[in-house]
Amino acid sequence: MTGTIFEKGLHGRSGKYIPENDCPVDEALLPIQRKSSLGLPRIAEQGVIRHYMELASKNYHIDKGIYPLGSCTMKYNPVVNEEIARDNAFCGLHPAQDEADVQGALELIFNLQEALCEICGMDSFTLQPVAGAHGELTGIMIARDYFRERGEDRKFVIVPDSAHGTNPASVSTCGFTPVTLKSDERGMINPADLKEIISSETAVLMLTLPNTLGLFERDIGKIIEIAHDAGALVYMDGANMNALMGIVQPGKIGIDIMHLNLHKTFSTPHGGGGPGSGPVGVREHLSAFLPVPRVVKKIDSFEFSWGPEKSIGKVHSYFGNFNVLVKAYAYICRLGAKGLREVSENAIINANYLMELVGRFYDVKYPGPCMHEFVASAVNLKKHGVSTLDVAKRLLDYGVHAPTVYFPLIVKEALMIEPVETEKKETLDRFAGIMEKISREAAENPDLLHEAPVSTPVRRLDEACAARNPDFRWYEGK
Amino acid sequence: MEIEECFFTKEHEWVSVDGDVATIGISEYAAGELGDIVFIEFPDVGQKVKQMDPVGTIEAVKTVAELFSPVTGEIIEINEEVVDNPEIVNKSPYEEGWFMKIRMDKSSELDVLFSYEEYNDFLGEE
Repeated sequence: MTGTIFEKGLHGRSGKYIPENDCPVDEALLPIQRKSSLGLPRIAEQGVIRHYMELASKNYHIDKGIYPLGSCTMKYNPVVNEEIARDNAFCGLHPAQDEADVQGALELIFNLQEALCEICGMDSFTLQPVAGAHGELTGIMIARDYFRERGEDRKFVIVPDSAHGTNPASVSTCGFTPVTLKSDERGMINPADLKEIISSETAVLMLTLPNTLGLFERDIGKIIEIAHDAGALVYMDGANMNALMGIVQPGKIGIDIMHLNLHKTFSTPHGGGGPGSGPVGVREHLSAFLPVPRVVKKIDSFEFSWGPEKSIGKVHSYFGNFNVLVKAYAYICRLGAKGLREVSENAIINANYLMELVGRFYDVKYPGPCMHEFVASAVNLKKHGVSTLDVAKRLLDYGVHAPTVYFPLIVKEALMIEPVETEKKETLDRFAGIMEKISREAAENPDLLHEAPVSTPVRRLDEACAARNPDFRWYEGK
Repeated sequence: MEIEECFFTKEHEWVSVDGDVATIGISEYAAGELGDIVFIEFPDVGQKVKQMDPVGTIEAVKTVAELFSPVTGEIIEINEEVVDNPEIVNKSPYEEGWFMKIRMDKSSELDVLFSYEEYNDFLGEE
């Protein structure tokens, strides 16, 4: 295991570049002069570089190989987006600068709002929320204020069990009570089941589309009609929009509110802790509730609009994570309408191809066609005493990242696989080949899997201990 | 507690009845399926619950599950031991690993639950 950078520098080494103070010191400042050490690592420049190179080489990332983490859309992000976002014309701006000085940035925000409206068939978008779950919360706050204004006291939000796990949390945070809707044997919402539990007290039907099984709701038209007939709004968690671009415009099929994850669908590196961006789109009847400020276009300029009064207010400092917006805009401009549709088509084709190959050796409870991802299960390996966790750990030995495991909760021993559109056929074939090999190992030599991983920098971790007694601190001399 | 005399739910809770007090926990099968339990959260003593209302959250390394109340009534006691040391549930789901005691409003609700044999048959189908 690699020690921390502090541990590497404890033996009197230093990378001291700050000269001794040769200016007179004001006597009055002496009492508040720092006496203790700064606590910085005592390490020279080369040591710093080697330390981080070592960590980087031990890390697994999308630049090394396939990262089929279902629900996360770990795809390749074109470098040109980074270059544009890093341009000093953008990253040298201060968010408190006068509108007149940042017209280009405002134009970009405005154009991105318009582009997302077009892609999603929505009437207006806010780019302020900075994460998918933040978008959910913003969307549910909009729904809350919408019903409050109408004088309707609606308490419940229906969330299918195939939705993202953050959905019920966003609902509760906003003061509503989530009600679970069980999916049927197809892994979808059954209109008859929805009718059973929906009522005049239902505020929102909050669904993930495609759902976490990677399936598009076959009865979506009927489902939305039932919700609207009950006076409820329909919220779509659009984190999986990479399956729908150029194919389905959610606003045009009756979705009232939705969010996007720019850091998934619209190509911002994702999984390193951020920053993210979770814009929220609404149709006309909800536009007035969007957060402020909004960027509006005047005859020959762009400006911030702080109206209307119905707005739920600000949901983040300044204008969200602007840098991520730049990358998303560059991505959309470069691909265009045709390119975005191809992104979705390739995501769908890749997932179906891989499902067919993986499905030969693992259970697939809800057979396809799927959208951008699918859920397999290692439940068929249980007879050898092998679990999904063992399969996931063994994958690491073959130098690939494991898929999402044990989610969604409605599939036992779930392996949630999202190959994404940027992987080529050879990579998918290789991944499927490894999955096949592991299924054979499970039958022939299950201990290989129980002991995995054996070739990684650290072996199998005691996850229970890490969760029960987490200790993230490091002390000098400890 | 005699496990053969317990009632069980489809969601894998067990109920042991003494007068009008129901002691509840989760079955050995459920504890095994969840794997290492790392965190448990219960409502406060005194809360009234309806049959099959969620009455807690069980967090394991690989998943988070809800606990459902097998009966209607009032929570009169919480097992603080399992809150502090959730691994007890994995070690002893039917004895030290009990979750809470509920004073039942109507014991007739027990009729809809599984008996020990019925629960085992149900597990066979799962």
